[in-house]
Amino acid sequence: MADLKTNFAGIQCPNPFWLASAPPTNCGEQIMRAFDAGWGGAVWKTIGEPITNVSSRYSSIDWAGQRMMGLNNIELISDRPIEVNLREITEVKKRYPAHAVIASLMVESKREVWHEMVKRAEGAGADGLELNFGCPHGMSERGMGSAVGQDPIYAQMITEWVKEVAKTPVIVKLTPNITDIRVVARAAKAAKADAVSAINTINSITGIDLDTFEARPNVGGKSSHGGYCGPAVKPIAMNMIQSVMADPTAALPMSGIGGISNWQDAAEFILLGCGTVQVCTAAMHYGYRIVEDMVDGLSNWMDSKGFKTIEEFRGLTIHKITDWKHLDLNYKIVASINESLCIGCDLCHIACWDGAHQCIHMDRVAGPKDGPVEIHERPAEFEKRSRASIAVTPIPKLDHVTMEAHGPYATPLARIPRVDETECVGCNLCSLVCPVNNCITMVERPTGLPPETWNERTKGTGRPIAGMPTGHH
Amino acid sequence: MATQAKFTEHPEVARRFPDLHPAFAPQQATVEANRCLNCFDAPCTAACPTHIDVPKFIKKIASGNLRGSAATILESNVLADSCSRVCPVEVLCEGSCVMHRYNKQPIEIGRLQRYAIETFYDSGAQIPKRNSPARKEKIACIGGGPASLSCAAELVQQGFKVVVYDKRPLPGGLNTYGVAEYKLRTADSLREIAMIEKLGVEFRTEEIADEAALAGLEKEYDVIFLGLGLGKMHKLGVHGDDTGGVIDALEFIADIKTGAKLDVGKNVVVVGAGNTAIDAAVAAVRLGAGNVHIVYRRDEKSISAFDFEFEHAKQEGVKFLWGTLPVAVHSDNGHAKTLECVQVKVDEFGKFSQVPGSNFHMECDMVIPAIGQSPLLEFLGKFHDLKLEKGRIVADRATGATSNPKYFAGGDCINGGREVVDAVADGKRAALGISAKLGVK
Repeated sequence: MADLKTNFAGIQCPNPFWLASAPPTNCGEQIMRAFDAGWGGAVWKTIGEPITNVSSRYSSIDWAGQRMMGLNNIELISDRPIEVNLREITEVKKRYPAHAVIASLMVESKREVWHEMVKRAEGAGADGLELNFGCPHGMSERGMGSAVGQDPIYAQMITEWVKEVAKTPVIVKLTPNITDIRVVARAAKAAKADAVSAINTINSITGIDLDTFEARPNVGGKSSHGGYCGPAVKPIAMNMIQSVMADPTAALPMSGIGGISNWQDAAEFILLGCGTVQVCTAAMHYGYRIVEDMVDGLSNWMDSKGFKTIEEFRGLTIHKITDWKHLDLNYKIVASINESLCIGCDLCHIACWDGAHQCIHMDRVAGPKDGPVEIHERPAEFEKRSRASIAVTPIPKLDHVTMEAHGPYATPLARIPRVDETECVGCNLCSLVCPVNNCITMVERPTGLPPETWNERTKGTGRPIAGMPTGHH
Repeated sequence: MATQAKFTEHPEVARRFPDLHPAFAPQQATVEANRCLNCFDAPCTAACPTHIDVPKFIKKIASGNLRGSAATILESNVLADSCSRVCPVEVLCEGSCVMHRYNKQPIEIGRLQRYAIETFYDSGAQIPKRNSPARKEKIACIGGGPASLSCAAELVQQGFKVVVYDKRPLPGGLNTYGVAEYKLRTADSLREIAMIEKLGVEFRTEEIADEAALAGLEKEYDVIFLGLGLGKMHKLGVHGDDTGGVIDALEFIADIKTGAKLDVGKNVVVVGAGNTAIDAAVAAVRLGAGNVHIVYRRDEKSISAFDFEFEHAKQEGVKFLWGTLPVAVHSDNGHAKTLECVQVKVDEFGKFSQVPGSNFHMECDMVIPAIGQSPLLEFLGKFHDLKLEKGRIVADRATGATSNPKYFAGGDCINGGREVVDAVADGKRAALGISAKLGVK
């Protein structure tokens, strides 16, 4: 059985699953219930001078009938007095000494105010501090949150102030609302921060009511940009985390945040180097109980892979991601359709014709046509033919029931597309649109050529700009 | 008088024949619409005789464009409401859904179509009218069933003047008089016809065409479309088959739908095992007959009803007697009392033989033959130069053209008796054939 115990920059916890600083960690009562449900740690809803919130506060993006693919909020930091939050931290730590309680902090950008806040939080018993340099709405208009996180000089300065007095590990939370997230990560590292967490929420407007023309969330007819999170932001978060972790001048212990909804997401973030993962939207959607499968699923996966601890696989993918110029131009794969699994939706055909390279064809029953120049009927011609056909309700009494040439597969042969490998560029699109698991796979076709990168190909040719590769723009 | 105003639904009929497949609620429809994979050159579209662009209308439901969804459907099939209720989707669109090979749960295309169309009609919307210039040619459609309705709607959309003639008080043919009420209410059939009326089609009902009248029509109209359907149902052909209490299935169903006769007694025997027999037997159950039998001379495997209809009948409590042949209806005071049957065997050459001494009597208050409709031989004989084959009009499948250039035809009178959707497709193809003949490009 895998051991999920985690030591994150010196912070100990039973597993790497933390609740992110957000409504699920608003008060001690919630956090204790979360620990009972199985969470390894919690980052307290950001503590600072209490604010006044608006109603409403959240809005979301649904996709194809699924709720909350992305969640947006315009809620500010804690609206509770500092001393109440700190008293509850003490209480939680007393009852749950083995769990990580991180105090997220945001105060006025003054050295003595930060010193005072850090001392009080640590005095209350927090295991670590997370500096909220990321909140993209409201607080940033007051010179805090992402207003700090978008300026490496401020970020470094405040981190240094905190480190002057902090006795517990200091985590700098990075905002994604910046051109290059590494710049602020480097500033945090230069200021001797112990760790970073990323990403905070992304500036967003989620939607507009088409009857009132008002944006969501609606506060008395007006809205404001908010912070976007949830499954939709996961790829953006992973890219930013990888870029930090691959940069020796920026890399620190990383607490990964951004759309993590299940154990698979968590495993991916850990493969990019994260020591812990923080979750918010999924817990807001389904409650604290989701952590049970996160722990169970990660543990089972680790067992199946033979990993005994998180450290054994943490970061394995960081260096499998590189700049484009280091990719092998002579590596070739092509799409392969498993006729036995094909259900005949023909989405691969139309995707290839309209969205890729016109190499998946519906004329397979006519036999192979591979050759340098092929003339195929276009998709619209197929549709036109189907619609010009005379179809009738099959009635056994009237029809001699003769099955049309069906072929050896469950799907009629005429509906199973074929790949012309001479034209396939190996883009993956067909395998992405295919609804059936493992029906379209990409198989390697050795080119017989040694690996060669763009860098190598253009070395000494003096044509790196004129010969820039074409691609998807 | 507008078509719909001529009919009032009998409250007892409404009570006893609630929807077999209740309509989708909006969110149900959205969930189901989202499940559709949006296949390219979708097999459901190809399988539909009217080639409704199924993924297109379903994805419009998913996107919340319900008006566009209904318009997409109606463009291909003007009787989309009734088709969504009566189509045997299991052997058409839903039968061809790729989901059978995915998670075994085909998309509920019929119910989605019904949702789109009903939402559209309930909103007070009408069939979108094409902006075609008026044309001088006039077309008569004889018979007011689905084939003629479809043909007439397409022609009127193209700018022609179209009149539909029907011998019954209400147009719609089997849609109005012959479909089990729990599948399609007469009131809904008439609502759909009213939509076609609003497109500009004129209906003349209770008109019977004799030879003189036909000659008149030939003079008045440039083209005549024949959507005549089939003739009366076959009689049992046994002693006593014209006694009181013996009523053919289509007449029986029409009586129910119009509320003319709702008393069926306790014991009902339906003869035959096609889809109409099932409709009649289930209707008898719904009207309170405690003991409803279907007797059929062949075995279970040989029935012509669709599998889902057979299953439905069993669920409703209809009992089946296989290898059973009626030989006489015995009456008391001119009313059927028992049906005498005999066991039959069929040999390897398909020849039937009665099992000696196997005769038995079934008590019956009603005997309902449902052994198919006869061709309209007598009426068809009134048309000149109209080539017939096996009692059907010979017509070109792609255009509906017959051997007489004045006449086009479609529906049961050319195909021998198929589904509503087949008639709609025939009617539309014939309309295109007619307009091409009249020079529309």
